[in-house]
Amino acid sequence: MTTGFPGRELRLEGSTRPLAALYSRNAKAVIARGLLATRSSNGLVLVSGFFEPVLYLLSMGIGLGALVGELDGPDGRPISYAAYIAPALLAVSAMNGAVYDSTWNVFFKMNFAKLYQGMLYTSLGPLDVAIGEIFLALLRGALYATGFTTVMALMGLLTTPVALLMIPVSVVIAFGFASFGMAITSFMKTFQQMEWVNFVMLPMFLFSATFYPLSVYPQGIQWFIQALPLWHGVELLRQISVASFGPATLIHLGYFVIMIAVGMLLTTLRLRKLFLK
Amino acid sequence: MISAQRLSKHYGDFRAVDGISFDVPAGEAFGLLGPNGAGKSTTMRMIGGVSQRTSGQLTIMGLDPEEHGPEVRAHLGVVPQQDNLDEELRVRDNLIVYGRYFGLPMSYLGPKADELLEFAQLTDKASAKVDALSGGMKRRLTIARSLINEPRILLLDEPTTGLDPQARHILWDRLFRLKEAGVTLILTTHYMDEAEQLCDRLVVVDKGQIMAEGSPAQLIRDHSTREVLELRFGSERNTTVAAELQGIGERLEPLPDRVLIYARDGEAALEEVSARGLKPLTSLVRRSSLEDVFLRLTGRSLVD
Ligand SMILES: Nc1ncnc2c1ncn2[C@@H]1O[C@H](COP(=O)(O)OP(=O)(O)OP(=O)(O)O)[C@@H](O)[C@H]1O
Ligand SMILES: [Mg+2]
Repeated sequence: MTTGFPGRELRLEGSTRPLAALYSRNAKAVIARGLLATRSSNGLVLVSGFFEPVLYLLSMGIGLGALVGELDGPDGRPISYAAYIAPALLAVSAMNGAVYDSTWNVFFKMNFAKLYQGMLYTSLGPLDVAIGEIFLALLRGALYATGFTTVMALMGLLTTPVALLMIPVSVVIAFGFASFGMAITSFMKTFQQMEWVNFVMLPMFLFSATFYPLSVYPQGIQWFIQALPLWHGVELLRQISVASFGPATLIHLGYFVIMIAVGMLLTTLRLRKLFLK
Repeated sequence: MISAQRLSKHYGDFRAVDGISFDVPAGEAFGLLGPNGAGKSTTMRMIGGVSQRTSGQLTIMGLDPEEHGPEVRAHLGVVPQQDNLDEELRVRDNLIVYGRYFGLPMSYLGPKADELLEFAQLTDKASAKVDALSGGMKRRLTIARSLINEPRILLLDEPTTGLDPQARHILWDRLFRLKEAGVTLILTTHYMDEAEQLCDRLVVVDKGQIMAEGSPAQLIRDHSTREVLELRFGSERNTTVAAELQGIGERLEPLPDRVLIYARDGEAALEEVSARGLKPLTSLVRRSSLEDVFLRLTGRSLVD
């Protein structure tokens, strides 16, 4: 049964590794658990996450597209309305998935399913849990992005192989949102407060040059929208979809690099508040 | 193995744990007793490093669990008061996945999980969903899970609540054997017989403070008499008759359902009760137990 301890005091060394209090380099165990749990679930959640942007694309791209006709693409050449909104919908779906996974999902597993309480009584530290959960969210995001890009290809909306870069870049966008989402969740105490997340996301979805160009707004509002992350995601994917790159591309990408760095830093600083009561 | 000095945990203005100190040497079975809300679970969570203390010192195996949580917990097994099994995984996977959190290899975890399922008498439920288990079965699985990493310290927060008598005795047997093997046990329970059987030493906690400390026998000696006379006069009369019993024995404890008279010689006390012309419905002389100590130290607030 038990190997038997000679009943003497055990004194541990005490690692001096940075983050030793929060991290045990075992996020892969959290990831393995997530994959196992997904495999034994019915997969319905996975399917709905895939269909939502596809349905938007079909209804608005084909339906509204018939009314709108063609628009100027990022490089000035005209493109179909469906080709215009498709990259934007991909950015929105990356945002929604990442935010859902890092806010509602984390909040639920923390406070109701008590999943993290179990994990945190093991060698895992809060940073292992956070990294594992973010990785799982990004993996799911990559699956959705691949599915959506395939639908775009089937609809004839892909004109260049460069457009395939939308898949990894949408994962970067998701990473930005997920790292921030988790930091924000650490401030939340009740479900009512969580509703604020939706309150911020919906207008961002509707107004971030998703369905029409930014130029329809007055200058002041344009600046405001340009400060929001989703607009950068939309523009970035739209440029990639037609392989039209410029200095703005780097700015959009840089926005997300900084967002990820700040988000992860904030999440790490807030880990004790998030996971240890 | 564990040393706490003036350990405190405040929630806002409320002091859940209010400056408790204790030391637990390796291989000891140490009990935390106390009424609901005394701060036992809060203390357990601080030992596990999943709750941050407000003040005081705490070292586990020489380390502060807040600064070295993962290292400390590698040697800890925890049975929380409320089961937190992974409802999305099957029974055996719960054990395997939990072992993976400790970074243990599959070659070890496979046979270990089977051994623990056997111990928890859940072998035939190995591939069932956790939802499909009864309350007591979940409790057994939680206990089995806490042993997956062969811990040096086992934290058991009311481990036997919800277990049937047979399962409870199987657990007691296991805990005895773990203790023999040198595992340090920290236990909370509301079953005084359990505390008396399992604990080498215990503290009684109330309102976040330690009221008494010692071995079960020592506590009984210090805080109770050798014998107790239990009298029942019927639920209406128990409290009114108490006044007429004054002076018999060393101390009187009127409870809602009975009156306890603490005396060195219970039979003599009973004779005196009869001599005063009082006729209880039932009477019983028994030896003092830990329950009497507990009631004395913490129970009076229920009566006053
Ligand atoms: N997260 C929290 N926020 C505020 N108060 C809390 C919190 N957790 C516990 N408390 C309070 O701290 C006190 C001690 O709680 P604790 O769970 O440690 O009691 P306990 O001794 O384990 O009781 P029981 O025997 O009922 O399990 C209680 O009054 C409880 O209300
Ligand atoms: Mg408790």
